[in-house]
Amino acid sequence: MSDLKLLGLDDLHRELGARMVPFAGYDMPVQYPMGVMAEHLHCRASAGLFDVSHMGQVILQPKGSFEALALGFESLMPVDVLSLAPGRQRYGLFTNDAGGILDDLMFANRGDHMLVVVNAACKTADIAHMKAHLSDICDVIPVNNRALLALQGPLAETALARLVPGVAPMRFMDVAVLPWQDTALWISRSGYTGEDGYEISVPDVLADRFARALLAMPGVAPIGLGARDSLRLEAGLCLYGHDIDTATSPVEAGLTWAIQKARRTDGIREGGFPGAARILTELFTGPARKRVGLRPDGRAPMREGTALFHNETSTGTITSGGFGPSVGAPIAMGYVDTGHAAEGTALLAELRGKRLPLTVSPLPFHPTSYKR
Amino acid sequence: MKYTEDHEWLRVEGDLVVVGITEHAATQLGDIVFVELPEVETMVAEGDEVVVIESVKAASDILAPLDGEIVEVNDKLTTKPGLVNEDPTGAGWFFKMQIDDLSVLDGLMDEDEYLEMIG
Repeated sequence: MSDLKLLGLDDLHRELGARMVPFAGYDMPVQYPMGVMAEHLHCRASAGLFDVSHMGQVILQPKGSFEALALGFESLMPVDVLSLAPGRQRYGLFTNDAGGILDDLMFANRGDHMLVVVNAACKTADIAHMKAHLSDICDVIPVNNRALLALQGPLAETALARLVPGVAPMRFMDVAVLPWQDTALWISRSGYTGEDGYEISVPDVLADRFARALLAMPGVAPIGLGARDSLRLEAGLCLYGHDIDTATSPVEAGLTWAIQKARRTDGIREGGFPGAARILTELFTGPARKRVGLRPDGRAPMREGTALFHNETSTGTITSGGFGPSVGAPIAMGYVDTGHAAEGTALLAELRGKRLPLTVSPLPFHPTSYKR
Repeated sequence: MKYTEDHEWLRVEGDLVVVGITEHAATQLGDIVFVELPEVETMVAEGDEVVVIESVKAASDILAPLDGEIVEVNDKLTTKPGLVNEDPTGAGWFFKMQIDDLSVLDGLMDEDEYLEMIG
């Protein structure tokens, strides 16, 4: 007996010939007949449609003022929530008391409430976490009747604008509620591929019709989890549970851009989030280890868990790795001791009993094309 | 052509045995991006890991199907690993083996038996 949950679009995926695999408790399309490599390249060249309905969509409905909600939400994250304007989205991180990362997420100011999107594997814990800490100031309402689709790539705007003209003027990280066939789509101009594109929340009852309408647009093809992973790796984006987790701090992970000035030492709302002591100290002194980009010198991919060395000294581990189809070579990310984290540092990776050379390299591996 | 339960095919060529993976295996593995071949003149025993192949998603080992000596490897796969997907039973071969007694191939599956195994 399988306890796997089925996506609302399960029938569509099977009709499209998807190979399904278990992921975060869901039966998910890992690839379609096009194959991971071609799907990846298609997304970079045209447009790819991803079903990310496994992710958690949660509404935070304030009981008092929106400002009180924003300040309460800030007590869980080292992030400036208060300055986020209506109609805008921001990247956030739930931290724990040790300064580790409980999850990474997106949150949007939708005027009178907040919409939060969290990782599938963490959503039950995240909802409990928010309920435990925010119930005095807001209702934490999981959205269980909407699919979440991502349309990514250079043709995403053209394709989606033919159905929903209002998306064209949106900029990166804008959010809007826009009509399509008598329903309201919740749209953000964002994604996790490094490409321009959108994430679209659509009521379950219309999701199949909406997905088919997108797939009928020129240049739009369905893309599975396999290519989603290689696209985000080329874009230098972290995958929760791999590149970041409860043992990594946001500073080690190089996510300091997500910690705005207001929450840092001498900021107007300094600290006041779980793990602030460690995180603010690391911002000041630098972390002992850092997440870096890594390029194997040879052609052999180096995967998660591969041990890294500087000369004979152990210096870290690869946390994500594989082949980058747009790069045309193997790529990886991992943590190394800060003394070995400078770009160009030559390291060794232990692969099948041999130590093979690789080089600390800039992230992202493939330039991003967000419409800022 | 003969087949193993590990989805390898074996073809006799003169007194040598050519080894590769089946189209079924290549499709299941997906886009192959790296192949690590053994050294020539290596003596191998049945079940030894002799080739590493990496697809976009995962690494897999290819096992020696028989006891013998690796006498030639398909160096083209080093720079064009995608040949394994494009032509698994032709240009995508991995290595050639010298074995003592070609009659051991009789114990392997023929095409019908292999097709039945993969359903």
